[in-house]
Amino acid sequence: MSEQSFVQSGQPRRRHLAERLVHAMELAFDAETVGSQQGFLQGLDPRIKLIAILALIISGVLTRSLTVLAALFLLALVLAFASRITAARLCKQVWISVLLFTGVIALPSLVVVPGLPVWQIPLVHWNVTYQGLRSAAFLVGRAETSATFALLLVLSTPWTHVLKAMRSLGIPVVVVAILGMTYRYIFLLLQTATQLFEARRSRMVASMDGPQQRRMVIAAVGVLLGKAFQLSADVHLAMLSRGYRGEVYLLHDFQIRRRDWFALLSALTVPALILCFQI
Amino acid sequence: MHIPDGYLSPATCALTYALTLPFWYLAFQRVKRQLHTRMVPLLAVFSSFSFVIMMFNLPLPGGTSGHAVGMAIAAIVLGPWASMVSISIALLIQAIFFGDGGITTFAANCLNMAVAGSLVAHWTYTLIAGESTLESSRRVVAAAIAGYLAINVAALLTAIEFGVQPMLFHDASGTPLYAPYPLAIAIPAMMIGHISIAGLAELLISGGLVAFLQRSNPDLLASSLANATARLASLSVWKSTRTLWYMLAGLMILSPLGLLSAGTAWGEWGAEDFASAGVRQEIVRASGGATLPDTVPQGLERLASLWRAPIPDYAPSFMLSASMGYVLSAVCGAGLILLLFLLISKVTFRKDPVES
Repeated sequence: MSEQSFVQSGQPRRRHLAERLVHAMELAFDAETVGSQQGFLQGLDPRIKLIAILALIISGVLTRSLTVLAALFLLALVLAFASRITAARLCKQVWISVLLFTGVIALPSLVVVPGLPVWQIPLVHWNVTYQGLRSAAFLVGRAETSATFALLLVLSTPWTHVLKAMRSLGIPVVVVAILGMTYRYIFLLLQTATQLFEARRSRMVASMDGPQQRRMVIAAVGVLLGKAFQLSADVHLAMLSRGYRGEVYLLHDFQIRRRDWFALLSALTVPALILCFQI
Repeated sequence: MHIPDGYLSPATCALTYALTLPFWYLAFQRVKRQLHTRMVPLLAVFSSFSFVIMMFNLPLPGGTSGHAVGMAIAAIVLGPWASMVSISIALLIQAIFFGDGGITTFAANCLNMAVAGSLVAHWTYTLIAGESTLESSRRVVAAAIAGYLAINVAALLTAIEFGVQPMLFHDASGTPLYAPYPLAIAIPAMMIGHISIAGLAELLISGGLVAFLQRSNPDLLASSLANATARLASLSVWKSTRTLWYMLAGLMILSPLGLLSAGTAWGEWGAEDFASAGVRQEIVRASGGATLPDTVPQGLERLASLWRAPIPDYAPSFMLSASMGYVLSAVCGAGLILLLFLLISKVTFRKDPVES
């Protein structure tokens, strides 16, 4: 996870696994906390919210106009404000991370993309082109807007609800069940991995050289693999003991109200309008 | 390697979903048949495992570090199909909850890492390891090469997906609307980092893990060896149809090249082409200067209206652009051919109960 990510928090330095675990857990905890607050997105049915946010993300990818892209970004800000999600949080978790990752990728396009020169960089005499500027703006704008919408979804909805809501997209129930269990065991295995490294570190009297560090990481992966097999066998037996015969059932306690339909209709109108005007 | 939203056009995203869906379906069916009630817990735990090892930073020679994707590890221990599902689920959780990779580009990421990565790793490992014993150092070399090749193939696919964007998707002023760099820049830019750093990380972790398991937990390798028989059975079916699959894959990959060609294919002129002076010149030039009739040939005129293609010129009017229509038509066409092959094979092999 050394790329654009919500858990980077704008600090590109190399992190220990323990720090990453803490950040991942913080993000999940934030979703529970922010999700339980009173706000516009929090009040929507998770299924409607998932489809609506997807429609908005697709709109950001569909549009061929920078003005529409800017309007979508503004809409994301308004939704964040209405859902009590601060700009500081978005800045910390998305904007800086995306800017550092996509910004670096987009930067050479200013001079690489051929087109109408608008400015010449002194000393190197490279031409910054109009097409290059627009291209970089599209790339960064789309990445920022999509990531902001995605973060709004995961911050305003308990993650277990997001997973259950995936059923409304036609994802098979067994996949949703696997996703739910995967989400749970990620934190367990991350914790186990962290403990493996901590246990090793607590027994060290000097720092290790490169080959030793590599051996330690590979041994940790091997041990974790063994533990994962053991865990899956234990979970399987536990499931069988509770009467599991291969069929998966999920409990649905969501309710769609009139304002949910209104939100969905509004969200679906955006990509529909973009498609209409672009054809 | 994880492509964020906004780097690929909607048409490319749709194409990658169309290409990846059959693999997901096939993988789930096969895993379900092999594991029965063990499927849900095993896939859940291994998806978590795949997710966690993607977070491991491996110190590399030279002072740098890289993180592995673990495609070869999953493919060696679980087999290619379960590996495909596990890595896909790990990627989905990364995309939705951690913003690592996009949602619209989720299928592209799965196609590159979960599907292509797992298959390349599995084939390479099976080919090099052969019938060698569990303790053989050949297996370590096989795993290392499998990891290295798998991540580089995934990176190459990613680079190609990036590289075709400016060629196919730009506005009237020539501004690339998505990833802005052509193949000539995207491929070296992606591959240099993966051939050196990321590939090395995958090579070390895959080979190192097999060496570690040989010493400390050979049962895990043995279980994968036991599954090899089932895999060989599937390979025998694969072998019989291998040439056809290669041809189909080649045609699907090459189909966008049609976008680069100008004019109409020789002999595929329509009745309306005879009315256009420009097209008439083109036909004469392409036909070695042969004289054209002044009017539309009667037979052509009579038969032209007999059949209307559902997707005329590979780009129906309701689609966004000719490029998107062309690519989607290629996928639909390939899908129809696949369906035909499946139906024929079902009828032909109905009496043969060999488990595939």
